[in-house]
Amino acid sequence: MAKITYVEHNGNSHTVNVENGLSVMEGAVQNNIPGIDGDCGGGMSCATCHVYVIEGWFDKLEKKLDGEEDMLDQAFEPKKNSRLSCQITVTDEIDGLIVNMPEKQV
Amino acid sequence: MIKTDALIIGAGPTGLFTAHQLKIIGLDCEIVDNLDKAGGQCIELYPDKPIYDIPAIPECTGEELTKNLLDQLKPFNINFHLGERVDELKKNDGNWEVKTNKGKTFLTPNVIIAGGVGSFEPRKFSPKECEQFEDKSIFYSIKNKKIFEGKTVSIFGGGDSALDWAVELSKNSKVNLIHRRDEFRGAQATLDKVHELQKSGKIELFTKYQLKTVKGNGSLESIDIEHENKEIKNLKSDYVLGFFGLIMQLGPIANWGLNLNKKTVEVDTEKFETNQKGIYAIGDICNYPGKLKLILSGFHEGALAARACFKLARPNEKYRFEFTTSSKTIKERLGVKSD
Repeated sequence: MAKITYVEHNGNSHTVNVENGLSVMEGAVQNNIPGIDGDCGGGMSCATCHVYVIEGWFDKLEKKLDGEEDMLDQAFEPKKNSRLSCQITVTDEIDGLIVNMPEKQV
Repeated sequence: MIKTDALIIGAGPTGLFTAHQLKIIGLDCEIVDNLDKAGGQCIELYPDKPIYDIPAIPECTGEELTKNLLDQLKPFNINFHLGERVDELKKNDGNWEVKTNKGKTFLTPNVIIAGGVGSFEPRKFSPKECEQFEDKSIFYSIKNKKIFEGKTVSIFGGGDSALDWAVELSKNSKVNLIHRRDEFRGAQATLDKVHELQKSGKIELFTKYQLKTVKGNGSLESIDIEHENKEIKNLKSDYVLGFFGLIMQLGPIANWGLNLNKKTVEVDTEKFETNQKGIYAIGDICNYPGKLKLILSGFHEGALAARACFKLARPNEKYRFEFTTSSKTIKERLGVKSD
């Protein structure tokens, strides 16, 4: 279980407990948090679960797979700290993670 | 005006199998899809990725699944309207009149929306000021490459489309290729060619840059690109091309008066009908208690929606359930011999 904070582009913040094994994308979708779509269902093939991982956390997460960087090319306003939230698996180690959402996903 | 028993919107796996179900029970149908080929997400998002949960098929790729579904439709004569998007829908004396963006009109008692997560549209540049130049100086696909001859073209993207067009247009235009990182995901051979052309001065390459703004009065004059480290460069540009892949958007369907839940359409589980009589939603786009976004669920939903179509298309006939193994009528429709 990890406490994850999702911050919408307008500053609205949602903190929820997400079970281990789910992805950070699923944590948002299952808790009806706006701003993360996850259109393809977590298949790393749509770039609509794009988030910015806040400083300090980005380097602690597991590294990106090749395909994720390719998909991020197609995300809305990608930055250095961009991730696809479907590719971040929830474990006890990421308790306290904070992610910011882009202005929009598409 | 094209008259048909049922219009299927979406040529993904669900739409394709539903066409089969309609034809089996003796109804005709037409299929419209915004993509230029059949297969939907299977062909556009994961043609090479294996799928493991299609009943009786232990493993197949999105491309193989699409091919098999098309093979299954071979006995039937079905019209595909590819590269067309449905735009308008209105009532016409008990039928639905549906118009596409290419000006085709369908008249039908049954509209089956098998639209997945929406229609695929090109992903666009984020600066708002790009909109006013769209289809004049800024393009997301190329219809006529002649207009770029002798001009300066700035191409954005890191995939095959961006690389291919950079190489192609460099023959007759001055080309800037701009990408947000150093790595390109396009084919290595094309990338090698780009590097060659860069050395000979035909292509100017800018990596770790993204589009910041576009400038021009009426027609485009120049663009500002911003480096990861915030440095800004101004490039003279007559045209800008963006190749960032496709996104899925519900599009005009959102304005059809259907009960929507986020990006999905609410249906019943008997006919998969929406709140509008004669309009059905099946596959990923529909929503009901317990809905699973699986291809197999789309097949089931399509089979039931097809039977519901029968009632409206043949109001004076009674639908009789038959098996393909034993029905003489169905075998005739399939063009196979009866025992």
